[in-house]
Amino acid sequence: MKPSSVDYRNVVAALVVVGLLALPLFSQLTGNFFVLTLFTRIVIFSLAAVSLNLIMGYGGMMSFGHAAYLGIGGYAVGILAAEGIGSGFIQWPVALAASALFALVIGALSLRTRGVYFIMITLAFAQMAYYVASGLSRYGGDDGLTIYKRSGFAGLINLSNRVEFYYLCLFCLFGGVFLVWRIVNSRFGLVVQGLRSNEQRMQAIGFPAKRYQLVCFVISGTMCGLAGALLANNTDFISPAVMYWTRSGDLMVMVILGGMGSLFGPVVGAIVYLVLEEFLSQVTEYWAMIMGPLLLLIVLFGRGGILGLIGSFSRD
Amino acid sequence: MLLVVEQFLNGLQFGLLLFLLAAGLTLVFGIMDLVNLAHGSLYMMGAYFAATFVAWSGNFIIGILLALGATLLLGIVLEVVALRHLYGRDHLDHVLATFGLILFFNDLVRLVWGPAGLALPLPGWLTVPVQIIPGVFYPAYRLAIISVALAVALMLYIVVMRTRLGMLIRAGASNREMIGALGINIKLLYTLVFGLGAALAGLAGLMEAPILTVQIGMGENILILAFVIIVIGGIGSIRGAFVAAILVGMIDTLGRAFLPDLLRGVLSSAAASTAAPALSSMLIYLLMAIVLVARPEGLFPASRR
Repeated sequence: MKPSSVDYRNVVAALVVVGLLALPLFSQLTGNFFVLTLFTRIVIFSLAAVSLNLIMGYGGMMSFGHAAYLGIGGYAVGILAAEGIGSGFIQWPVALAASALFALVIGALSLRTRGVYFIMITLAFAQMAYYVASGLSRYGGDDGLTIYKRSGFAGLINLSNRVEFYYLCLFCLFGGVFLVWRIVNSRFGLVVQGLRSNEQRMQAIGFPAKRYQLVCFVISGTMCGLAGALLANNTDFISPAVMYWTRSGDLMVMVILGGMGSLFGPVVGAIVYLVLEEFLSQVTEYWAMIMGPLLLLIVLFGRGGILGLIGSFSRD
Repeated sequence: MLLVVEQFLNGLQFGLLLFLLAAGLTLVFGIMDLVNLAHGSLYMMGAYFAATFVAWSGNFIIGILLALGATLLLGIVLEVVALRHLYGRDHLDHVLATFGLILFFNDLVRLVWGPAGLALPLPGWLTVPVQIIPGVFYPAYRLAIISVALAVALMLYIVVMRTRLGMLIRAGASNREMIGALGINIKLLYTLVFGLGAALAGLAGLMEAPILTVQIGMGENILILAFVIIVIGGIGSIRGAFVAAILVGMIDTLGRAFLPDLLRGVLSSAAASTAAPALSSMLIYLLMAIVLVARPEGLFPASRR
């Protein structure tokens, strides 16, 4: 029996899965519903972070505009609800399709460039989406849009029930992780990862680089649009603030904090980041003064994120 | 006619302000290869320093000069304490670390100056309208911004292209090791360049302050515009930043001023008033998209090393 054969990263992932599954039970037993509310939010942002990790961690595409999809997915739900279409069977496909379309256009333009240009351009286009949403005076403009009724699924599931909604979010998250896992280990995923390490070589072999990257980009955006639809249902409200560029920054931080290019890294990152934010904001009003320098220190000293750190323990 | 001249000058003024901000950003990127999101925070700090020092000294010019010095100093401290350690790292690291700095600066400002915005009142001699051509008056302060920004742009060109310091800066950009081997203190040079960029951002912030209010997050929206300018102009190119800044300033200002009327000619007035604000804020991003499609490296790509 060699203890070195255990990869602690898998242990952490298993603990996260069990913990998230058992959370409603814990909250029922202790009567602590705040935890459930907090973790519903965390699970939704985990899904967004997982989708970002697909292009950032595996594809090497540093998108700084991922919050745009949160907003687009959310606005699709909100606008349809405001126009009297309450069925989730219509709202959610529209949310996904709108996100996919936006990702297709933005991706096709942004992928013409590399590196730091890509970061800036995705940032700028997301900010454009933010301004457009602010200009939607019919749907609340800057003030946002209240969603009076959550998406209906013909009695199959009741989104207004806290526990049912939590498990729906969790189902989407696990589905997202599973999808990323399948993609990463497929031929398609291997090509995308190959493009990350050496685009020229991949092109020389004969792979159409842009096409692969664009498809990956669109999948990621669509997945994040789903997170947006969940988020709008969770808060019963959607406003341009959801796609403000600091949100995109938050998502990036979650991915890096947890460990870029690892399956459960973004989930761990989202949990740690949002719990830390919650904790610090209870300690002091000026929590960002602690969070900011903390980020700087993580960048300077903590390469590979939390899962990378844990992984380094299990190597010998 | 009158309105056109006025909006034209507004666009020029906005474009020149954007240039000051973008110049610092592109200088720091071109030479140190550092992506600095906190550049917008320096812009904000410049405005807060100016509001504080002007109120404290009671004199507009003295206050502004003090604020400029303070922003320069802040930039140097920032470089020595934090950003110096990021050179040579991945761009993603730069983005995250400087994102952290933005969070820090926003809350620092909230702690020190409070959440409410400040006002930076102009002295009387800058508030009078000036007759620029017969029958057309323009605020003296905006004219002052245009002249100061043009003078700074010219000075920047002379410093970078015509002085020994500029020569070292350009040499440092093309080959860091070589210039270090020739006995130049490259660390000091980088610190100076960063301080210069910080001062330019501070100057832009404090000049904009009397027109808008001084508030938290004021640097963030304009930072995105600076990014758009850099992408359009070509990263690392000061000349590109200048052309793109004027272009963006003009298009943004003129779009906001005249697009609603133009649209009203085509669409119904209700549809026009809904579409115009969204469309005019999209204009510069559309411009960026067009530039990207036509010339992915920007209008004036800096020669690669």
